[in-house]
Amino acid sequence: MDVAVLGAGMHPWGKWGRSFVEYGTAAARAALADAGVDWREVGSVVGADTVRGGYPGYVAGATFAKALGWQGARVASVYAACASGAQAIATARAQILAGLADAVLVVGADAAPKGFFRPAGGDRPDDPDWLRFRVLGASNPAYFGLYARRRMAVHGDTPEDFALVKVKNAAMGALNPYARYRKRVTAEEVAASAVVADPLRLLDICATSDGGAALVLSSMEFAHRRGVTRPVRIRAVSTVTPRFPNTVLDLPDIATDSAVAVGAPDETFRASIARAAYEEAGAGPGDLSLAEVYDLSTALELQWYEDLGLCGEGEGAKLLREGATAPGGRIPVNASGGLASFGEAVPAQAIAQVCELTWQLRGTAGDRQITGARVGISANQGLFGHGSSVIAVR
Amino acid sequence: MPHTRTPVVDGWFAGEGDGFRLLGTRCSSCATVFFPREDVHCRNPHCDGGSLEEVPLSRSGRVWSYTDSRYRPPSPYVSDRELPWEPYALIAVELEAERIVVLGQAAPGVTVADLTVGMEVEVVPGVLHEDAETAWTTWHWRPTGVRA
Ligand SMILES: [Zn+2]
Repeated sequence: MDVAVLGAGMHPWGKWGRSFVEYGTAAARAALADAGVDWREVGSVVGADTVRGGYPGYVAGATFAKALGWQGARVASVYAACASGAQAIATARAQILAGLADAVLVVGADAAPKGFFRPAGGDRPDDPDWLRFRVLGASNPAYFGLYARRRMAVHGDTPEDFALVKVKNAAMGALNPYARYRKRVTAEEVAASAVVADPLRLLDICATSDGGAALVLSSMEFAHRRGVTRPVRIRAVSTVTPRFPNTVLDLPDIATDSAVAVGAPDETFRASIARAAYEEAGAGPGDLSLAEVYDLSTALELQWYEDLGLCGEGEGAKLLREGATAPGGRIPVNASGGLASFGEAVPAQAIAQVCELTWQLRGTAGDRQITGARVGISANQGLFGHGSSVIAVR
Repeated sequence: MPHTRTPVVDGWFAGEGDGFRLLGTRCSSCATVFFPREDVHCRNPHCDGGSLEEVPLSRSGRVWSYTDSRYRPPSPYVSDRELPWEPYALIAVELEAERIVVLGQAAPGVTVADLTVGMEVEVVPGVLHEDAETAWTTWHWRPTGVRA
């Protein structure tokens, strides 16, 4: 059930002040060049939508197809907040496995606003995202602050632990030409940055960025016909939803589900995202060479260690302090530099995670290369209950 | 002075003083409680669906976690841009009887330094913001026994 990753491409993350179309098209051209595939051979284009630009990114797939030059490919566009990229990959894979297309171009790009993400305008009291801003003023960092404080109370994590995540990721981002922030950061600099949402500081929280990422996926037969005998392969794509009752307060909700009638499931939603990917790949945490996780905040990266089964519950900070998740450790996490170094470009981010896995598994990640990488996982979670995890192998 | 008091959201809370409560709904078939209220269908996938009846939530619960907003939130949050930003705390509270966690702003004057995970807090009436005609009312969480 594998599909081949023939090409990966990105537009550097930053605050460039240009259109998302430009970033996505540049990433698409880079991915096509990397794949050695002519755009006119692509049978399908799948766009991960941005909410910028109206008509969710001019309905993204078609906008990128037009910018590359209409050639008649079938089109699909998906939106799943931070998980949009994984859904685009899942759509492309399904088309390839169903025999509907040999080669599919997956593109996501965003041009982020300044400051906090905010909901769409108007008076919309039936929209949970609108309500949490209107009634509580609860920005995304406020939720990250709640999760971080909870970890401190339950697991004994400290702000110093959180800062070490930033130090680790900034050191890797400094080596990544596509990252927005390419400077090493010290724990003292994290501690000296302003508190945004107690206990988290500015340098604990990821920025919002412009950026674009793209992949060319194909059937294994198409790859072999092209002479690519050992491509990176996507072995699992998890796009699961939560199970009732979802008892961890999720963005953008004001309350959890009640567990009074049905007890809480054995695993949290985030843990179920990874488990579904492991089951589909026939692999487990012990098989991984590296992981790319969604470090919207430093504390959330530690949570992902546990949700991916890299360590037991409550042991995330210990795993970090042991150096297991740093380059050279047992399971390096966010070798790309993570969101700490990129800032979030929502529809591009899950695709960018798979670009990094691809380069690492090919052994072409340059100064960031994790020696002997064979199996990689990406994980993230989109607003409103969207799971996202991809396992790639070589 | 504003002369009308209007809830920022209809049907989410009611009452005055010690009688103030958050309002949810409860499924008559499976007893699941919903806040914010569900009025049409029960969301428990194992339930065939019952009628949803309004129910007041427990007055007090325990702090699940807390944080604050050190920067002015974007609209539709309403704040006076002529005045310097005053941070407020946000508290997520676990209600034991309903087995639900409900987020809310802390009562004015309560800061993160006053809070610990697990401490008891109670729901009290509050004002989100005021304009010339209207005081927009809401719910606040406040450590139990503390008087404004
Ligand atoms: Zn029910």
